This record gives sequence, C-alpha cells and structure tokens, in this order.
Amino acid sequence: MRFASILRLRLRSLFARSVVEQELDEELRFHLECQVEELIAAGMSAEQARREAHASVAGYEQRKEECRDMRGLNLLDNLAQDVHFAIRQLRKNLGFTSTAIFMLALGMCAAVAIFAFVDAALLKPLPYRDPSRLVGVYETVPMFPRSNLSYPDYLDWKKLNTVFASLDVYQRRGALLRTPAGLQVARGARVSDGFFRTLGISPVIGRDFYAGEDLPSAAHTALLSYGAWQQRYGGKNNAIGQTVELDGVPTTIIGVLPRDFHFPLAEPAEFWTTLHAASECDLRRSCHSIYGVARLKDGISLEAALSNVQAIAKQLEQQYPESNRNQGATLATLSDVIVGDIRAILLVALAGSGLLLLIAGVNIASLLLVRCESRRREIAVRSALGAGRIRLVRQFITEGFVLVATGSAMGLAAAYWTMQLLLKLIPADMLARMTFLLGLGLNFRVLVFASVIAALALGLYAITPTLRLSLADMREGLAEGSRGSAGMLWRRLGTKLVVVELATAVVLLVSAGLLGQSLYHLLRVNLGMQPDRLATIEVAAPKSGYDKEEQAVVLARSVLSHIANLPGVNSAGIASQLPVTSNGNTTWFRVMGRPHTGGHEEAPERQVSPTYFPTAGARLIRGRYFTEAEDKSRPPVAIINQAMAAQHFPNEDPVGKHIVYVSHVSEPIEIVGLIENIREGPLEAPVPPVLYIPFNRSPDRFFSVIVRTGQDEQLLLPALAAAVRNIDPDIVTKAAAMRDRIDDSPSAYLHRSSAWLVGGFAALALLLSIVGLYGVVAYSVSQRTREIGVRMAMGAQPASVYRLILKEAGWLTALGIVFGLGCAIAAATLMKGLLFGVRSWDLVTLAAVAAVLGAASLLASYIPARRAASVNPVEALRSE
Amino acid sequence: MSKPTDLVQGTLDLLILKVIALEPMHGWAIAQRIHQISGEVLQVGQSALYPSLHKLEQNGWISSEWAVSDNNRRAKYYTLTKAGRKALEQETAQWERLAAAISLVVRAV
Repeated sequence: MRFASILRLRLRSLFARSVVEQELDEELRFHLECQVEELIAAGMSAEQARREAHASVAGYEQRKEECRDMRGLNLLDNLAQDVHFAIRQLRKNLGFTSTAIFMLALGMCAAVAIFAFVDAALLKPLPYRDPSRLVGVYETVPMFPRSNLSYPDYLDWKKLNTVFASLDVYQRRGALLRTPAGLQVARGARVSDGFFRTLGISPVIGRDFYAGEDLPSAAHTALLSYGAWQQRYGGKNNAIGQTVELDGVPTTIIGVLPRDFHFPLAEPAEFWTTLHAASECDLRRSCHSIYGVARLKDGISLEAALSNVQAIAKQLEQQYPESNRNQGATLATLSDVIVGDIRAILLVALAGSGLLLLIAGVNIASLLLVRCESRRREIAVRSALGAGRIRLVRQFITEGFVLVATGSAMGLAAAYWTMQLLLKLIPADMLARMTFLLGLGLNFRVLVFASVIAALALGLYAITPTLRLSLADMREGLAEGSRGSAGMLWRRLGTKLVVVELATAVVLLVSAGLLGQSLYHLLRVNLGMQPDRLATIEVAAPKSGYDKEEQAVVLARSVLSHIANLPGVNSAGIASQLPVTSNGNTTWFRVMGRPHTGGHEEAPERQVSPTYFPTAGARLIRGRYFTEAEDKSRPPVAIINQAMAAQHFPNEDPVGKHIVYVSHVSEPIEIVGLIENIREGPLEAPVPPVLYIPFNRSPDRFFSVIVRTGQDEQLLLPALAAAVRNIDPDIVTKAAAMRDRIDDSPSAYLHRSSAWLVGGFAALALLLSIVGLYGVVAYSVSQRTREIGVRMAMGAQPASVYRLILKEAGWLTALGIVFGLGCAIAAATLMKGLLFGVRSWDLVTLAAVAAVLGAASLLASYIPARRAASVNPVEALRSE
Repeated sequence: MSKPTDLVQGTLDLLILKVIALEPMHGWAIAQRIHQISGEVLQVGQSALYPSLHKLEQNGWISSEWAVSDNNRRAKYYTLTKAGRKALEQETAQWERLAAAISLVVRAV
C-alpha cells in the first residue's frame, strides 16, 4: 500500500514533471502571499511587505531545486550529467575510446554477419506449411546414398506406403521457351499433381494443378513463379490463360505462385509443369530421374516412416529383381536436404566469428583493466570528495553504455555491409539455388542476437572496473596511485587474458591453415586432363529438327567443324557431360565371362567424340581412341578408366575384353582403350569406374564441346557461341572457361569460402592478439619504469633488461601457443569433414602457426623492451 | 537518524509530523504552528520547510491534497499517513532518548 503510493508519487514526479513543477511554484507562492498578508496585518504597507517577504525567501529557485532533489527528479538530470561526463572522459582518452569501440564493432560485425547467414539458412523455418513434417524421399544405391526414384517405383511407393499423408515428386528441367526474341532457356521443374498441396502452398492467382493433371492424357499446363510472372508478363493478370511454347509443347499458364515461395532444390525455376510421364525413361523402372518429397502423417516419426519405405523397397526388389536389385530407400528431413551442404561451413564460420568475438572481448577487458589502473587515483579522489560507491559504479556503467552503444551501432552497420559483400562473393549460379538467403537481413532474431552481444559487452565494460573498485580499498588506491607500481590485480588477471587471446588466435590460424591447404589440394587435384587453355560450350538444340539421332549426329559434326575453323582453335571434342560436374548418369553393366555376383555393377557413362580425349589432354594408357565411323551400324565399343580396370580387371589387360549392359545382355561391348582417371564428379570425391562410349552411337541434342586453344580461352568464348548460333539461331548455348567451371563448382566454392572466411578471421585474430600482447608488455614496462631505473642504477646492463622483459613476454607467448595448439588439434578434428588432402594434426601447419605467432609476439614485445632498455635511470627514479 | 548530520533535518521532520498529527495543514500554517507552540523560539523558514515536506511525502509518511484555505485560496494540505504515524512514534521515542542523553551530558559537565 505504502510502496504503491510511493511508486505512484515517484512516477508522477518523473512523468508529470510540468504539473509537479507548477504545483511546487504555486505552493511556494502561497507561502509568500501568506507572509505578505501577515506583514501587512502587522502594519506594513503593501509594497514594503512584499519587498520584505521576498527578501526573507532569498533563493526561491534554490528552494525549488531542493524540493526537486527531495522528489528524486534529479536522477534524470544526473544521468544526463553522467553521460556528458562520460563522453568528456572518453574524448579525453581517444586512444582507449577508439580502440574499445573498434574492437567491439569488429567482433560484433563478424558475429552478427555470420549469424545472419546461419539464421537465414539454418534457423528460419522453411516457407512451407508445417515444414518439420516434410521429408525428402530417395532410393539409395552404394554409389549414390540419395538417388532419384524411377517413375514406376514412385507410383508403387505412393500406393503402398502407410506413413505419408502425401508423396509427390519433382524433377529439375531446363526447357526451351519460344519468345519474340527467339528461343531461350527457361528453367523450371516438372512435378506431380499434388506437389504444391504437399508443401502447403497455393497460387496467389489462378489455380493449382488438379488431381490427375500430371497424366499424359491431361492438357499441358504450367504455374509461373512470382518472379517469372513479374519479369515475363509484367505482373499482369492476363498472363493466366496464355499459351506458351515449352520445348515445342503448347502449355497453358494456369496460375502464379506466391512471391515468397521458393523451392531451392529446383531453383532457379520459372515454369512449373506437370510430369506427363510418357518418355522412355519415365516408363522404365530402372531409369531414375525424379526426387520425392512427402508429408509425414501426424504421429509418424521419421524412423517409423523410414522402416516403412525400406520394407516397400525390399518388396519391390523381390518383385522386380532385374531393375530394383540393391535399390534401398532413405529419407531425410527437407531442411536437411536443402541446407545440409552448407551447414558445416556455416557452423565453422560461426565458430570462427565467435572466437574472434572472444579475442575482441578479451582485448577490451584487458584494455579496461589497464584503464582502471591508471584511473585509480581519479577514482580515489572522487570517492574522497564524497562520491558514493553507487555513484561511481553508475559512472562506469554510463561510460560503458556510451562505448557499447557506439560500438554496437558501428558493428551493426558494418555487419549489414559485410552481409551484402558476402552475398556478392557467392557465384550467381549457386546463389540462385540458395533462395533461403533471400531472407538475409537484420531481422528480429539477428537483432536479438546483436543485443545479447551488446548486453554482454556492457556487462564487461561495467563489471570490470566495478570489480576492480570492490577489490581494492579506496585509500589504498589513493596511496598506491602515488607510488605508481603495477597493480596486483593487473598482474594476476591481465596477463592471463593474453594467454587466452593468443591461444584463440592459434586455433583460428591453424584452422585457416588447414582449410587453406585443403583448398590448395582441392584445386590442384589430379583431374586426369589439362584444364588450362580449355574453353567449353554447352549446346542445347530444340526438339524440332534435332530430335532424331541422325539429326543430332549431323548437328554435332557441324558444330565441331564450325568451331575447328575458328582462328586460335587447336582441336575440339564432344562429351555428353563436362568433367567435374557429377558422377551421375550411370548405367548397369556386367563383365562377360564372369560369374554373376548378384549385385549391379554401376558406372557413370559418358558419350564422347573421337577427338574428346586428345583435346582434354587425357592420357591414353592402352588401346586406342574411338573413330568417327563408330556408330549404331558398327559393333559396340567402349573405353574404360583406370578405376574400372582396377576394380574389374585387376592384374590383367582390359583391352580386348567384353562387357554387356544389363538391359542388352546379348550385345557384347568390346573394350578398346584404357584412359587415365578423369575426374567426372566433385573434386573431393574419389573417381568411380567410368565407361566411355562413342557419341555417334548414342547421340543427343544436348551436349558439351571442349575446345583446346593456344591463346587466352576467355577471348574465344564469344566466338564459340556465335559459331554455334550461326548454324541455327534457335540453338541455346552457354560458354565458359574450364578453369572457371572448376573454380565455381560447388565443392570448390564451399572449400574456398570456408578457407577465406576462417582465413579472414584468423588474420584479424592474429592482429588483435598481437596488439593485445603488445599492450600488456608495454603497460608492464610503463609500470616498471622505476624498478628498471633502480636496476640500471645498480648496474644492470641493457641486455639484462631486454631479457627481463622478453622473458615475461616469452612465457606468455609460449603458454598461449602450447595451449592453443592443443585446442587447435581438437578443433581441427571437429571439422574433419571440411578437410581435403590434409590431416587434422598436420605438423607443417602447426609448426608454421607456432613460428608465425612466435615471431609476431617477439616483434610485439621487442618494441617495449627496447624502450625499457633505453630508460635513463636518473629520469626513471625522478619520475612520479 | 543515526548520522549526526541528519540531526537538524531529522528534528524538523519530527516537528512537522507532530504538528500535522492533529489535523491536515498547509506549509505556512505548519511553520506558524511550530512558531507558536515553541513559544516563538523556533522560526521555521521555507528554505528548510518545503524540502522537508517533499521528502516526507516522497517517503510516504505524509500525503498531500489541494484544498481551499481559510482566506479562500488554493493551498496544499499535508496529512499524516499511517506509515507517518508509526514513524512519528519512533521519531518521538528516539528524540526523547537523545534529548535525555544530551541533557545528562550537559548537566554533568
């Protein structure tokens, strides 16, 4: 009751300030008037009485001030004073202030920017209804743990499962879209009819696919992505109902998907069409081309669902042994499928930024300790003059607040800028697929994260000096300040902090070293070919005019001869797929004359022209290349790689041996050549057995051309595209240097970005920790000036002073390095998955880091040591 | 009330509490009443009176309200609260102890 009324009064004093002021004024005036009346009653004239009364209340304003004080109004004014004083203090010591703000801003910038990526990719739920119930559905074979489904398998899984509320499929596709400006590649996906209902997405305008709209009998329809609707149709409603030509098929647009709908596994997608499963591949149970996505029934766990689909896979394996042998089943949460690849690198980056923040924090703490030591006298004087402990602590908090507010604001601004920069560093192709990064920004969660850092920093800024205050007696401060010796607290705590800092720097440096080496090994991995001065161009010819195999053969010949005639071209070859893209497009085969083991022998298959291997710079170990004449009319031949020779023909000559396709067991294929392993798949994946067959035997209207040149391959790219377009303007091309394709391949990108990010953090950490060490040693020297002076006066040589200082620094450094190396090995073991071609305890890296940090530390402590050695004993003794 | 510097201030607080214990009063009347009761010895100036009143109110010992005074003007009237009454008892006891102690010392010397 009493507290309530007190609180009410206090609040009134605070918020109804003008009313309170007015009442105060009125009250005091009433008193004055009463006095005047009394004086008049006592016989004075009115004028005289007024003057007398006013004189007796000298200091009307001071009264009011005193009353305000009693009401606690001055709390606010004091705060303003504190802030003012804090700013003055901080401005007086610009070195300290700018360093403290810079440290915080740097730590904040790194942590917040990386956290924003983590938030966008890992924390933010996927933009679908109840996304945690969505799973990716895969078949699985030894070579591909997450392999596509075949359409007949999909139908069976859909029918037989008891765990999915719905199961749908999608397949990425690039279609040739006829536009007024000619044919263009329009990216998109073909999906089953319930795909969007499974995700819980409905079109913003128009309608969704109805059940059965994915059957071959249904009319061809398409949904537009919001982006395509805006760009291609200006966001007009009349887009609905329009007919477009996709791959030569007239397709009606029936709706537009929401603006924030993205499906990273099929992005960038403009047109979403239905399956219309009618192709040879769609109908063949052994042709795996589509991926599944399903919504779990309520109450069904992922494990329960997995055992159900595995049982179905087993059942199908028995039912269709020819096509389904060894075809297992696997499930993964959709978020795992979408962000699984980048989770590791994001977590490593987050850990890196956290360590950097730690170093920044430690640097700040040791700065504050130093500042406290040098402010002891000020604090002692202020408390001797009557400042209460609370008042002093409030002053520290205010100073901390000013620093943290400034540092945080700068850190956030820098973080925003850094995020934009990091986005720009992601290759456009990869960014287009990482649609979850569209949500990147300083959103609520990121700001909460930033405020937590700011609060921790404020705690650090406020608590360190407060702690110092309570540990030391004020009077001692006054006394000891006059003597100017190094404070005990500083000795005890400050130096330990540097060890932490150095150890953290070691961890970051070692990590960066290992990741950098991984990248180096990755980019210099033996490709089995010469990627320099090699241009590539992907060719996609429209269905009309090029669908028949003979037409594709003619096109390929024409493309090769046009390109070969270009100036600067040494040779050109064709392959169905470029190296370093994927280990997919596999076929099943058996070695003739071997007992059948039961399992499938699976190998990626590439169709290549006779000139492909010489152009690529691949090494033929045995046998011969293909010839131009080897087409469907000739007996089938194949060239195999070393991996296949090692696996299937160990200790024998494969050339002359025969294999057969599982689908055509009666047609033996003669192995005519053995080629050194070419890396067809990701850089870090081991090369599987690969089968090469003549392009002319199995031609296609989509193929890639590699072009060997003696000049800069970049200069050749426009000429290549022009040469192909010359043949037919409807052919769509994409030209790039082979080197760029390798450097921009996902695995190279992931390794490069983690190496650069952690490298950046490590460089900053090195800088900060060395500055920290320098600060510690320099401060120690400045505090020991007198002691050193005494020693020198007693006859100590400069060399022994050097030894004194360097020994102290050396101990700290050695401790930091040893401690750090231990932590670094542990950290490297944790990120083993990101390492390639280097062990987590790589001695060279560890030694190099120790050497670098040791040398830098020596330099950092040499400067103050030199200052100490050049101390003039007379001056040192006289000082202070 | 333990610190010696608070002695004068605390004494005034006691006087104010005592005086308004009888009836609600405005500041001028409080000063007049103290003057009268003390046999015209204690002259409480507004310099001490009003800060003291505001502090007591902030402490929750007295409460205030605006009312019309005898001479037909708006004045701020102070009333003793329940907490104030308790404080008054304590202050009185404290004062009597202190006064007795001081007089003992003064007489003895």
